[in-house]
Amino acid sequence: MRLVDAATITATVAELCQKANYELGEDVLEAFKEALDQEISLTGRDVLQQLLENARIAREEQVPMCQDTGFAVVFLEVGQEVVITGGDLYEAVNEGVRRGYQEGYLRKSIVDHPLRRKNTGDNTPAVIHTRIVPGDKLKIIVAPKGGGSENMSGLRMLKPAEGVEGVKKFVIEQVRAAGPNPCPPVVVGVGIGGTFEKAALLAKEALLRPLGQPHPDTEIACLERELLEAINNLGIGPQGLGGRTTALAVHVEVFPCHIASLPVAVNINCHASRHKEAIL
Amino acid sequence: MLQIRLTTPLTDEVVEKLRIGQRVLLNGILYTARDAAHKKMVELLDRGEELPIPIKGQVIYYVGPSPAKPGRVIGSAGPTTSGRMDPYAPRLIALGLKGMIGKGKRSPEVIKAMKQYKAVYFAAVGGAAALLARAIKSCRVVAYPELGPEAIHELVVEDFPVIVVNDILGGDLYEEGVKIYAGR
Repeated sequence: MRLVDAATITATVAELCQKANYELGEDVLEAFKEALDQEISLTGRDVLQQLLENARIAREEQVPMCQDTGFAVVFLEVGQEVVITGGDLYEAVNEGVRRGYQEGYLRKSIVDHPLRRKNTGDNTPAVIHTRIVPGDKLKIIVAPKGGGSENMSGLRMLKPAEGVEGVKKFVIEQVRAAGPNPCPPVVVGVGIGGTFEKAALLAKEALLRPLGQPHPDTEIACLERELLEAINNLGIGPQGLGGRTTALAVHVEVFPCHIASLPVAVNINCHASRHKEAIL
Repeated sequence: MLQIRLTTPLTDEVVEKLRIGQRVLLNGILYTARDAAHKKMVELLDRGEELPIPIKGQVIYYVGPSPAKPGRVIGSAGPTTSGRMDPYAPRLIALGLKGMIGKGKRSPEVIKAMKQYKAVYFAAVGGAAALLARAIKSCRVVAYPELGPEAIHELVVEDFPVIVVNDILGGDLYEEGVKIYAGR
């Protein structure tokens, strides 16, 4: 058994909210540079250069890379030997979001009710996904998710007979329909299998994988490459202004599913593919 | 890339020459407005009242900045999705609005109004909010302070980088640009 103080969780979440919004990961920066090498559209190249410069300014000046500092999506991996002391786990996370967004001058973009729509003023509540795992560690990942790209995501319950071709068709159509709105070049998270809600969660988790790291299953890795090529052949390009770089990566996650089902979820992330983690 | 430097307010003569794909550096005044401010402006017009800003020749930037850190003019300030302003934009264009800055496609009604009354739509790079904020030299609220970050602000900008997406000929870079690179 190991004790973890709720106050430590709050402080960690607050810091991760700021770091995630200020400092774009090295994997994403590398993907920008690679895209710049390959992009043939002059406008596309100009956009990619602005994105690299923007990331540099945000990191150096510790300001948000995008004004939409997102919904705070928090993934917790809680070791089964961990005991939280001094407070409630979820309240500790929400307090961390509250503090991180206030102290970090991050935009508060959450409304209290989907229909009444009054801003909560502190960017809470967070969307929290918890997994109990072996061990005595607590892993916290904060992934701020912007509204523009989240709005372009979708889920479809395919017929099993539609198979991998049906999956490809749906994913490509989803990205084509999104066009310039999700701020391409995008990262495409795809969840195949499970149930309705499991597929959506798989798609979101797929966005956390470092760019350039293929799926360990070679068949899925091959599907990822195929989808990426097809998406980049759409011509949408950086910001949708035309070009080769529509997506930086396609990440697919799979899960067993019912004999009657083939759920597919597509979660689109803008170029600000932000997430930071800490292990307590 | 070739860049054209322009200063607001924009005249018909200037707007007529702009073509899709051109990179423009804007100087002078931009007005910010997004959903709530547009709704209020159109309600004023419906009541036959005057707009709170001089609209003729002006450019509106669709933006909801992050809060400014102490000592800064403005927080990070990238464009928001323009489509949400489509129901309101033709009214403002008819009154002399010459430019809009945002991201994402415009409706056929807005494109028609741009052709008819000579106005252009510029895209700024979505998400490049820290970079774009650097081009903003001053910022003050000029209308609807009660809307907080959605109030109308008057920004003074220097070399604010945008790309022409819709011109007065009906050209649309979101359509044309994609056609060029599709399948290549």
